[in-house]
Amino acid sequence: MSKRSNEPIFWLLFGAGGMFSALIGPALVIVTGLAVPLGVVFAPDALRYEHAHALAQHWLGKGFLFLVVSLFLWHAGHRIFHSLHDFGIHAGGVARAVCYGVPAAATVLAAAALLSIGF
Amino acid sequence: MSEQEKIIEIEVLRYRPEQDEKPVPQVFKVPFTDDMSVLQGIQYIKDWLDGTLSYRWSCRMAICGSCGMMVDGVPKLACKTFLRDYYPNRVRIEALAHFPIERDLVIVADDFIEKLQRIKPWIIPKEARTLEQGEYIQTPAELDVYEQFSSCINCMLCYAACPQYGLNDKFLGPGIIALLHRYNADSRDGAEAERMQEIHGHEGVFNCTAVGYCSEVCPKGVDPANAVNVNKTKVAQDYFLRFIRPKAKGDCE
Repeated sequence: MSKRSNEPIFWLLFGAGGMFSALIGPALVIVTGLAVPLGVVFAPDALRYEHAHALAQHWLGKGFLFLVVSLFLWHAGHRIFHSLHDFGIHAGGVARAVCYGVPAAATVLAAAALLSIGF
Repeated sequence: MSEQEKIIEIEVLRYRPEQDEKPVPQVFKVPFTDDMSVLQGIQYIKDWLDGTLSYRWSCRMAICGSCGMMVDGVPKLACKTFLRDYYPNRVRIEALAHFPIERDLVIVADDFIEKLQRIKPWIIPKEARTLEQGEYIQTPAELDVYEQFSSCINCMLCYAACPQYGLNDKFLGPGIIALLHRYNADSRDGAEAERMQEIHGHEGVFNCTAVGYCSEVCPKGVDPANAVNVNKTKVAQDYFLRFIRPKAKGDCE
Protein backbone atom coordinates (compact mmCIF):
# COMPACT_ATOMS: atom_id res chain seq x y z
CA MET A 1 0.00 0.00 0.00
CA SER A 2 1.34 3.41 -0.85
CA LYS A 3 0.49 6.98 0.04
CA ARG A 4 -1.97 8.57 -2.36
CA SER A 5 -0.27 10.95 -4.80
CA ASN A 6 -1.66 14.41 -5.60
CA GLU A 7 -0.61 13.90 -9.19
CA PRO A 8 -4.23 13.50 -10.47
CA ILE A 9 -4.76 17.26 -10.12
CA PHE A 10 -1.79 18.05 -12.34
CA TRP A 11 -2.38 15.12 -14.64
CA LEU A 12 -5.97 16.20 -15.30
CA LEU A 13 -4.85 19.78 -16.02
CA PHE A 14 -2.18 18.33 -18.28
CA GLY A 15 -4.72 16.10 -20.00
CA ALA A 16 -7.24 18.91 -20.45
CA GLY A 17 -4.50 21.18 -21.79
CA GLY A 18 -3.28 18.47 -24.15
CA MET A 19 -6.72 17.85 -25.53
CA PHE A 20 -7.49 21.56 -25.86
CA SER A 21 -4.16 22.44 -27.47
CA ALA A 22 -4.35 19.49 -29.86
CA LEU A 23 -7.82 20.56 -30.94
CA ILE A 24 -7.32 24.28 -31.37
CA GLY A 25 -3.55 24.94 -31.08
CA PRO A 26 -2.70 24.48 -34.77
CA ALA A 27 -5.80 26.44 -35.81
CA LEU A 28 -4.81 29.31 -33.52
CA VAL A 29 -1.30 29.39 -34.98
CA ILE A 30 -2.66 29.48 -38.52
CA VAL A 31 -5.34 32.09 -37.81
CA THR A 32 -3.35 34.49 -35.61
CA GLY A 33 0.09 33.86 -37.09
CA LEU A 34 -0.63 33.48 -40.80
CA ALA A 35 -4.19 33.99 -42.01
CA VAL A 36 -4.93 37.31 -40.28
CA PRO A 37 -1.55 39.03 -40.86
CA LEU A 38 -1.55 37.94 -44.52
CA GLY A 39 -5.20 38.87 -44.98
CA VAL A 40 -6.10 35.36 -46.12
CA VAL A 41 -9.72 34.35 -45.38
CA PHE A 42 -9.88 37.06 -42.68
CA ALA A 43 -9.58 40.80 -43.19
CA PRO A 44 -6.08 42.01 -42.24
CA ASP A 45 -7.59 44.11 -39.45
CA ALA A 46 -9.65 41.24 -38.03
CA LEU A 47 -7.58 41.26 -34.88
CA ARG A 48 -7.25 45.01 -34.46
CA TYR A 49 -7.51 46.44 -30.95
CA GLU A 50 -11.27 47.02 -30.83
CA HIS A 51 -11.99 43.49 -32.02
CA ALA A 52 -9.58 41.85 -29.62
CA HIS A 53 -10.91 44.04 -26.83
CA ALA A 54 -14.47 43.07 -27.62
CA LEU A 55 -13.48 39.41 -27.56
CA ALA A 56 -11.88 39.86 -24.14
CA GLN A 57 -14.97 41.66 -22.87
CA HIS A 58 -17.48 39.02 -23.87
CA TRP A 59 -17.89 36.31 -21.23
CA LEU A 60 -17.44 33.59 -23.84
CA GLY A 61 -14.27 35.24 -25.18
CA LYS A 62 -12.98 35.64 -21.64
CA GLY A 63 -13.53 31.97 -20.96
CA PHE A 64 -11.79 31.01 -24.16
CA LEU A 65 -8.78 33.24 -23.59
CA PHE A 66 -8.50 32.07 -19.99
CA LEU A 67 -8.51 28.42 -20.99
CA VAL A 68 -6.00 28.97 -23.80
CA VAL A 69 -3.51 30.70 -21.50
CA SER A 70 -4.02 28.55 -18.45
CA LEU A 71 -4.49 25.04 -19.82
CA PHE A 72 -1.79 25.34 -22.48
CA LEU A 73 0.68 26.32 -19.77
CA TRP A 74 -0.40 23.57 -17.36
CA HIS A 75 0.08 21.12 -20.18
CA ALA A 76 3.50 22.48 -21.09
CA GLY A 77 4.72 22.69 -17.49
CA HIS A 78 3.79 19.11 -16.71
CA ARG A 79 5.31 17.85 -19.95
CA ILE A 80 8.55 19.74 -19.42
CA PHE A 81 8.81 18.57 -15.82
CA HIS A 82 8.43 14.93 -16.81
CA SER A 83 10.66 15.29 -19.86
CA LEU A 84 13.46 16.47 -17.55
CA HIS A 85 13.07 13.17 -15.74
CA ASP A 86 13.07 11.28 -19.05
CA PHE A 87 16.35 12.93 -19.96
CA GLY A 88 17.82 11.68 -16.71
CA ILE A 89 17.77 15.09 -15.04
CA HIS A 90 16.39 14.23 -11.65
CA ALA A 91 14.24 17.27 -11.31
CA GLY A 92 13.87 18.41 -7.74
CA GLY A 93 11.94 21.08 -5.92
CA VAL A 94 13.23 23.98 -8.00
CA ALA A 95 12.20 22.43 -11.32
CA ARG A 96 8.85 21.52 -9.84
CA ALA A 97 8.34 25.04 -8.54
CA VAL A 98 9.18 26.55 -11.94
CA CYS A 99 7.23 24.04 -14.06
CA TYR A 100 4.07 24.30 -11.97
CA GLY A 101 4.61 27.79 -10.58
CA VAL A 102 4.59 29.46 -14.01
CA PRO A 103 1.21 27.99 -15.03
CA ALA A 104 -0.24 28.70 -11.59
CA ALA A 105 0.93 32.33 -11.72
CA ALA A 106 -0.21 32.70 -15.32
CA THR A 107 -3.63 31.32 -14.40
CA VAL A 108 -4.06 33.93 -11.69
CA LEU A 109 -2.68 36.71 -13.90
CA ALA A 110 -4.87 35.75 -16.84
CA ALA A 111 -7.95 35.66 -14.64
CA ALA A 112 -7.07 39.02 -13.09
CA ALA A 113 -6.33 40.62 -16.45
CA LEU A 114 -9.53 39.31 -18.04
CA LEU A 115 -11.63 40.46 -15.13
CA SER A 116 -10.00 43.90 -15.05
CA ILE A 117 -10.94 44.41 -18.72
CA GLY A 118 -14.53 44.31 -17.59
CA PHE A 119 -17.66 43.08 -19.29
CA MET B 1 27.72 -28.76 -41.85
CA SER B 2 25.49 -28.48 -44.89
CA GLU B 3 26.16 -26.03 -47.69
CA GLN B 4 23.30 -23.71 -46.71
CA GLU B 5 24.89 -23.11 -43.37
CA LYS B 6 26.24 -19.66 -42.78
CA ILE B 7 28.38 -18.33 -39.95
CA ILE B 8 27.11 -15.48 -37.80
CA GLU B 9 29.06 -13.69 -35.09
CA ILE B 10 27.22 -13.59 -31.80
CA GLU B 11 28.55 -11.17 -29.20
CA VAL B 12 27.41 -12.21 -25.75
CA LEU B 13 27.74 -10.05 -22.67
CA ARG B 14 29.37 -12.38 -20.14
CA TYR B 15 29.40 -11.89 -16.42
CA ARG B 16 30.92 -14.56 -14.25
CA PRO B 17 31.05 -13.05 -10.76
CA GLU B 18 33.96 -15.32 -9.74
CA GLN B 19 36.23 -14.02 -12.50
CA ASP B 20 34.74 -10.88 -14.05
CA GLU B 21 34.83 -7.61 -12.21
CA LYS B 22 32.18 -6.24 -14.57
CA PRO B 23 30.29 -7.64 -17.55
CA VAL B 24 32.53 -8.21 -20.62
CA PRO B 25 31.58 -9.01 -24.22
CA GLN B 26 32.71 -12.27 -25.80
CA VAL B 27 32.30 -13.09 -29.48
CA PHE B 28 31.43 -16.54 -30.81
CA LYS B 29 31.25 -17.67 -34.43
CA VAL B 30 28.09 -19.73 -34.80
CA PRO B 31 27.00 -21.72 -37.88
CA PHE B 32 23.30 -21.25 -38.47
CA THR B 33 20.46 -22.01 -40.83
CA ASP B 34 17.58 -19.71 -41.71
CA ASP B 35 15.19 -21.39 -39.32
CA MET B 36 17.39 -20.91 -36.26
CA SER B 37 16.33 -18.61 -33.45
CA VAL B 38 18.70 -16.52 -31.37
CA LEU B 39 18.00 -18.98 -28.55
CA GLN B 40 19.20 -21.85 -30.72
CA GLY B 41 22.31 -19.83 -31.47
CA ILE B 42 22.98 -19.49 -27.77
CA GLN B 43 22.29 -23.16 -27.24
CA TYR B 44 24.86 -23.93 -29.94
CA ILE B 45 27.39 -21.86 -28.03
CA LYS B 46 26.67 -23.71 -24.80
CA ASP B 47 26.72 -27.16 -26.45
CA TRP B 48 29.77 -26.74 -28.68
CA LEU B 49 31.80 -23.65 -27.83
CA ASP B 50 31.54 -22.71 -24.15
CA GLY B 51 29.58 -24.81 -21.68
CA THR B 52 29.84 -22.16 -18.96
CA LEU B 53 27.41 -19.78 -20.67
CA SER B 54 24.34 -19.24 -18.50
CA TYR B 55 20.88 -18.20 -19.67
CA ARG B 56 17.24 -18.96 -18.88
CA TRP B 57 15.03 -20.77 -21.30
CA SER B 58 12.33 -23.40 -21.36
CA CYS B 59 9.54 -23.67 -23.91
CA ARG B 60 11.19 -22.43 -27.14
CA MET B 61 7.81 -21.15 -28.33
CA ALA B 62 7.18 -17.78 -26.70
CA ILE B 63 4.88 -18.90 -23.93
CA CYS B 64 7.10 -19.46 -20.88
CA GLY B 65 8.60 -15.98 -20.81
CA SER B 66 12.05 -17.19 -19.70
CA CYS B 67 14.39 -16.21 -22.52
CA GLY B 68 13.95 -12.43 -22.52
CA MET B 69 17.21 -10.66 -23.38
CA MET B 70 18.51 -7.62 -25.19
CA VAL B 71 19.18 -8.41 -28.85
CA ASP B 72 21.06 -5.54 -30.48
CA GLY B 73 19.78 -3.36 -27.67
CA VAL B 74 16.11 -4.27 -28.08
CA PRO B 75 14.24 -6.38 -25.51
CA LYS B 76 13.27 -9.64 -27.25
CA LEU B 77 12.39 -13.22 -26.54
CA ALA B 78 15.41 -15.12 -27.89
CA CYS B 79 13.15 -17.95 -29.07
CA LYS B 80 10.99 -15.60 -31.12
CA THR B 81 13.89 -13.75 -32.75
CA PHE B 82 15.75 -15.15 -35.74
CA LEU B 83 19.46 -15.05 -36.51
CA ARG B 84 18.71 -14.58 -40.22
CA ASP B 85 17.34 -11.12 -39.47
CA TYR B 86 20.75 -9.98 -38.20
CA TYR B 87 23.06 -11.78 -40.64
CA PRO B 88 25.54 -10.81 -42.09
CA ASN B 89 26.04 -8.38 -39.22
CA ARG B 90 27.20 -9.38 -35.81
CA VAL B 91 24.35 -9.73 -33.32
CA ARG B 92 24.83 -8.44 -29.78
CA ILE B 93 23.13 -10.25 -26.91
CA GLU B 94 22.94 -8.93 -23.36
CA ALA B 95 20.99 -9.58 -20.20
CA LEU B 96 17.68 -7.71 -19.95
CA ALA B 97 18.27 -4.02 -19.28
CA HIS B 98 17.29 -2.37 -15.97
CA PHE B 99 17.74 -5.56 -13.93
CA PRO B 100 20.79 -6.61 -11.92
CA ILE B 101 22.76 -9.38 -13.68
CA GLU B 102 23.12 -12.56 -11.69
CA ARG B 103 25.31 -14.34 -14.23
CA ASP B 104 25.78 -13.89 -18.00
CA LEU B 105 22.27 -13.54 -19.45
CA VAL B 106 20.49 -14.40 -16.20
CA ILE B 107 18.97 -11.43 -14.40
CA VAL B 108 17.78 -11.08 -10.81
CA ALA B 109 13.98 -10.97 -11.08
CA ASP B 110 13.24 -10.59 -7.34
CA ASP B 111 11.90 -7.06 -7.74
CA PHE B 112 9.41 -8.14 -10.39
CA ILE B 113 8.28 -11.17 -8.39
CA GLU B 114 7.79 -9.08 -5.26
CA LYS B 115 5.65 -6.58 -7.18
CA LEU B 116 3.71 -9.38 -8.84
CA GLN B 117 2.71 -10.74 -5.44
CA ARG B 118 1.84 -7.29 -4.18
CA ILE B 119 -0.99 -6.76 -6.69
CA LYS B 120 -2.65 -10.11 -5.86
CA PRO B 121 -2.67 -11.53 -9.40
CA TRP B 122 -5.59 -13.85 -8.93
CA ILE B 123 -9.35 -13.51 -8.93
CA ILE B 124 -10.73 -12.46 -5.57
CA PRO B 125 -14.43 -13.22 -6.06
CA LYS B 126 -16.95 -10.44 -5.62
CA GLU B 127 -19.24 -12.90 -3.87
CA ALA B 128 -18.23 -16.29 -2.61
CA ARG B 129 -20.10 -19.11 -4.33
CA THR B 130 -20.49 -22.62 -3.06
CA LEU B 131 -19.90 -25.62 -5.32
CA GLU B 132 -23.67 -26.13 -5.50
CA GLN B 133 -24.16 -22.61 -6.81
CA GLY B 134 -21.97 -23.50 -9.77
CA GLU B 135 -19.34 -21.63 -11.73
CA TYR B 136 -18.82 -17.90 -12.10
CA ILE B 137 -20.51 -17.03 -15.37
CA GLN B 138 -19.04 -14.45 -17.70
CA THR B 139 -20.29 -13.14 -21.04
CA PRO B 140 -18.03 -12.82 -24.11
CA ALA B 141 -18.34 -9.05 -23.79
CA GLU B 142 -17.10 -9.22 -20.20
CA LEU B 143 -14.21 -11.41 -21.33
CA ASP B 144 -13.26 -8.91 -24.06
CA VAL B 145 -12.67 -6.22 -21.47
CA TYR B 146 -9.59 -7.89 -19.98
CA GLU B 147 -8.64 -10.73 -22.34
CA GLN B 148 -5.62 -9.14 -24.04
CA PHE B 149 -4.10 -8.32 -20.64
CA SER B 150 -4.35 -11.95 -19.61
CA SER B 151 -1.86 -12.86 -22.36
CA CYS B 152 1.04 -11.57 -20.25
CA ILE B 153 3.72 -14.23 -19.74
CA ASN B 154 5.79 -12.27 -17.18
CA CYS B 155 8.77 -12.11 -19.53
CA MET B 156 9.74 -8.63 -18.27
CA LEU B 157 10.60 -7.26 -21.73
CA CYS B 158 8.42 -4.25 -20.96
CA TYR B 159 10.51 -3.53 -17.86
CA ALA B 160 13.68 -3.60 -19.95
CA ALA B 161 11.94 -1.22 -22.37
CA CYS B 162 10.56 1.22 -19.79
CA PRO B 163 12.81 4.26 -19.33
CA GLN B 164 10.97 5.16 -16.14
CA TYR B 165 11.65 1.78 -14.57
CA GLY B 166 15.28 2.21 -15.62
CA LEU B 167 15.44 5.50 -13.73
CA ASN B 168 13.47 4.38 -10.71
CA ASP B 169 12.94 0.73 -9.94
CA LYS B 170 10.40 1.58 -7.24
CA PHE B 171 7.98 2.22 -10.13
CA LEU B 172 5.45 -0.61 -10.22
CA GLY B 173 6.04 -0.82 -13.97
CA PRO B 174 4.12 -1.68 -17.14
CA GLY B 175 3.66 -5.46 -16.92
CA ILE B 176 2.48 -5.48 -13.32
CA ILE B 177 0.02 -2.65 -13.93
CA ALA B 178 -1.29 -4.51 -17.00
CA LEU B 179 -1.80 -7.60 -14.81
CA LEU B 180 -3.42 -5.53 -12.08
CA HIS B 181 -5.79 -4.22 -14.73
CA ARG B 182 -6.42 -7.74 -15.99
CA TYR B 183 -7.88 -8.69 -12.59
CA ASN B 184 -9.56 -5.38 -11.82
CA ALA B 185 -11.34 -5.45 -15.17
CA ASP B 186 -12.57 -9.01 -14.66
CA SER B 187 -16.32 -9.05 -13.95
CA ARG B 188 -15.84 -11.89 -11.46
CA ASP B 189 -13.30 -9.98 -9.37
CA GLY B 190 -14.15 -7.75 -6.43
CA ALA B 191 -10.77 -6.52 -5.18
CA GLU B 192 -10.32 -3.39 -7.28
CA ALA B 193 -10.37 -1.01 -4.31
CA GLU B 194 -7.62 -3.04 -2.65
CA ARG B 195 -5.41 -3.11 -5.75
CA MET B 196 -5.94 0.57 -6.51
CA GLN B 197 -3.90 1.36 -3.41
CA GLU B 198 -0.85 -0.06 -5.16
CA ILE B 199 -1.14 2.36 -8.07
CA HIS B 200 -2.40 5.63 -6.60
CA GLY B 201 0.96 6.59 -5.08
CA HIS B 202 3.94 8.26 -6.70
CA GLU B 203 5.45 4.95 -7.77
CA GLY B 204 2.13 3.82 -9.23
CA VAL B 205 0.58 4.82 -12.55
CA PHE B 206 1.73 8.43 -12.40
CA ASN B 207 5.38 7.47 -12.58
CA CYS B 208 4.66 6.62 -16.23
CA THR B 209 5.26 9.36 -18.78
CA ALA B 210 3.43 7.62 -21.62
CA VAL B 211 6.49 6.65 -23.65
CA GLY B 212 4.69 3.54 -24.95
CA TYR B 213 7.77 1.44 -25.72
CA CYS B 214 6.44 -1.25 -23.34
CA SER B 215 3.56 -2.02 -25.68
CA GLU B 216 5.86 -2.01 -28.68
CA VAL B 217 8.19 -4.70 -27.31
CA CYS B 218 5.52 -6.97 -25.83
CA PRO B 219 5.83 -10.34 -27.59
CA LYS B 220 2.25 -11.30 -26.71
CA GLY B 221 0.37 -8.30 -28.03
CA VAL B 222 -0.48 -6.94 -24.59
CA ASP B 223 -0.80 -3.17 -24.41
CA PRO B 224 0.55 -2.22 -20.96
CA ALA B 225 0.69 1.46 -21.92
CA ASN B 226 -3.05 1.36 -22.40
CA ALA B 227 -3.58 -0.37 -19.05
CA VAL B 228 -1.49 2.32 -17.35
CA ASN B 229 -3.39 5.10 -19.09
CA VAL B 230 -6.79 3.65 -18.26
CA ASN B 231 -5.70 3.40 -14.65
CA LYS B 232 -4.41 6.97 -14.58
CA THR B 233 -7.99 7.96 -15.36
CA LYS B 234 -9.34 5.57 -12.73
CA VAL B 235 -6.95 6.86 -10.07
CA ALA B 236 -7.80 10.46 -11.00
CA GLN B 237 -11.53 9.71 -10.76
CA ASP B 238 -11.00 7.98 -7.46
CA TYR B 239 -8.94 10.92 -6.21
CA PHE B 240 -11.90 13.27 -6.50
CA LEU B 241 -14.84 10.91 -6.13
CA ARG B 242 -13.58 9.50 -2.81
CA PHE B 243 -15.00 12.60 -1.13
CA ILE B 244 -18.55 11.97 -2.30
CA ARG B 245 -18.96 8.24 -2.41
CA PRO B 246 -19.51 5.90 0.54
CA LYS B 247 -16.38 4.22 1.81
CA ALA B 248 -15.61 0.91 0.14
CA LYS B 249 -13.77 -1.96 1.75
CA GLY B 250 -10.01 -1.47 1.60
CA ASP B 251 -10.23 2.27 1.05
CA CYS B 252 -7.60 4.47 2.50
CA GLU B 253 -7.13 8.17 2.85
